Amino acid sequence: MAEISDTARGASGAARARTGTLAGGLKARKSRSLWSDAWRQFRKHKMALTGVAILSLIILSCIIGPFIYTKNPQTLNVLLSLQAPSASAPMGYDDLGHDMLARILSGGRKSLLVGLMAVVVSITVGTLVGALAGFFGKWVDSLLMRITDLFLALPQLPLLLLISYLYVGKLKAIFGVENGILILIVAVIGFLNWMPVARLVRASFLSLKEKEFVEAARCIGATTPSLIFKHILPNVLSPVIVAATLGVGAAIISESSLSFLGLGFPPDVPTWGSMLAVGKDQLPFAPHIAIFPGLMIFLVVLSINYIGDGLRDALDPRSRI
Amino acid sequence: MGTYIIRRLLTAVPTLVVISMIIFSILKLAPGDPMSQFAANPSVPPEVRLNIRKQLGLDDPIPVQYVKWATSWVRGDWGFSFSSRTGVRGLVAGRIGTTLFVMGLAFCLGLLIALPIGILAAVKQYSVFDQVATTIAFFGFSIPTFFSGLLAILLFSIKLGWLPFIYESNTANDGLLGFFERLRFAALPVMILGIFQAAALMRYTRASMLENIKLDYVRTARAKGIKERKVILGHVVRNAFIPVVTIIALQLPGLFGGAIITEQIFRVPGIGSLLISALGASDTPVVMSIVFIISILVVLSSLLADIIYGLLDPRIKYS
Repeated sequence: MAEISDTARGASGAARARTGTLAGGLKARKSRSLWSDAWRQFRKHKMALTGVAILSLIILSCIIGPFIYTKNPQTLNVLLSLQAPSASAPMGYDDLGHDMLARILSGGRKSLLVGLMAVVVSITVGTLVGALAGFFGKWVDSLLMRITDLFLALPQLPLLLLISYLYVGKLKAIFGVENGILILIVAVIGFLNWMPVARLVRASFLSLKEKEFVEAARCIGATTPSLIFKHILPNVLSPVIVAATLGVGAAIISESSLSFLGLGFPPDVPTWGSMLAVGKDQLPFAPHIAIFPGLMIFLVVLSINYIGDGLRDALDPRSRI
Repeated sequence: MGTYIIRRLLTAVPTLVVISMIIFSILKLAPGDPMSQFAANPSVPPEVRLNIRKQLGLDDPIPVQYVKWATSWVRGDWGFSFSSRTGVRGLVAGRIGTTLFVMGLAFCLGLLIALPIGILAAVKQYSVFDQVATTIAFFGFSIPTFFSGLLAILLFSIKLGWLPFIYESNTANDGLLGFFERLRFAALPVMILGIFQAAALMRYTRASMLENIKLDYVRTARAKGIKERKVILGHVVRNAFIPVVTIIALQLPGLFGGAIITEQIFRVPGIGSLLISALGASDTPVVMSIVFIISILVVLSSLLADIIYGLLDPRIKYS
């Protein structure tokens, strides 16, 4: 309730701001945009703010960390194998004597990159499919929604495993080992996760395309692409942003699951998932090898989920869970 | 309703046909040759290899191969496993019982945790109980099963020594004692899978309860003097559970994905670990059959969700 009256006051304040000073010497209030309103709402979600802080810390450490903590993640020293955390190596050493912290930092780059890129793929595909289906309707809609339903009926993880296993050799040969696996995993995760976004965007387009502002834009001669992307799409962004945020966490889990099962990045290319796979076998002797990468995945996913929750409250208050 | 179920079943069949075509093409179009294992063996002369290829029909066009595979699969002939040289159907049949046992227990555990806690958290919204429950649930579905599984092994098997972490499906004892022994082996995977499932379900249950609890019919029921307990369990829960039951049915496919991972962590000899080892051995017939079986289960559970929804919600009419 308080929120509604607050925004109402904001609107009248904006009106006053345009007229400059008011009669009676009252000071005009600054106008507020949709985004600043969302930010005001988001700020109230303490866990989401904590999530932003933790996530930025992790991202920053992964980006600049390797320049400060300069140990090479690929240098191995069998004498130090399985050693527990100490002052000289805050996260200890893995089974081959790699420095764990150095691997966590460089592996984090890859895990986070996969998560982000996979979401870019799935959001792009999903938005395009949803926008086209919702805007054009009729046979375009029924065709695209059939395809969406079909993709939703596919068994996600088994297909993810199957495709990564079968096609990894070919892509490795074309793009090199690391890039080949990266491209494959990003593409597979992206193309198996666009469906919810497509449905979301389609539903919004179906209702928005009948609105007056679209009619008005059409009257002043807006072309179809400009109607779709410039006029309608910005109004659909809120739920898409929420879905994208949560999607990054899901994609990081998918990549880690794949690497954990031995079908993603191999153990010699550190990502949090492949490090966890190494740690699994050393669990009785050196639990720190599994705990640190697992903890990183957990922290990142937890932060992202809280941020997504906060964003949903701020941008899309109707769909609260 | 009856005709609706039949119609819905009839649309599930073409979906499954298209899905099987997709999986089949993915397997067939993949670079690499299922015959590479034979090719690696230098004692097999090239002309024999060509003959085997011909006999297996590997040089036929893909649509022809697909039709051959599909017709024999439907008849129950699922082909032979390359690596273990036994029938795929027997191989899968020997494994699927373990998977269903673990998954079924995990599923029941998930429901037993999620539903009461979800209801209670909604009834006492913003109480300490609600806040603790929602926070734990949030943590619960943010922690991937492969990490929570390892933590559980570390705590319960290595540090405390309470539970075994390697699954043994052949128990020494029969009957009830054997069943309890199996339960002990299944305890850790069931716990991990069940809690993970419960976390998401509890949030849905709570949200759906909250949506209903503030509606007018609840106030009416209270105004009539019905006891609070009966208002919640008899009136609110009955309506709030309609979407929850659908979510439960839709969670089943995800449970299969989770089963693949937990089977790998705890070395449960189910179809998930069979799939992983078959992938590693390029055992195409086994892979194809397992992925297709999981697809059937995915389609069936979404079908189940639709049907239950129709049965529970009298407002939905199928004409």
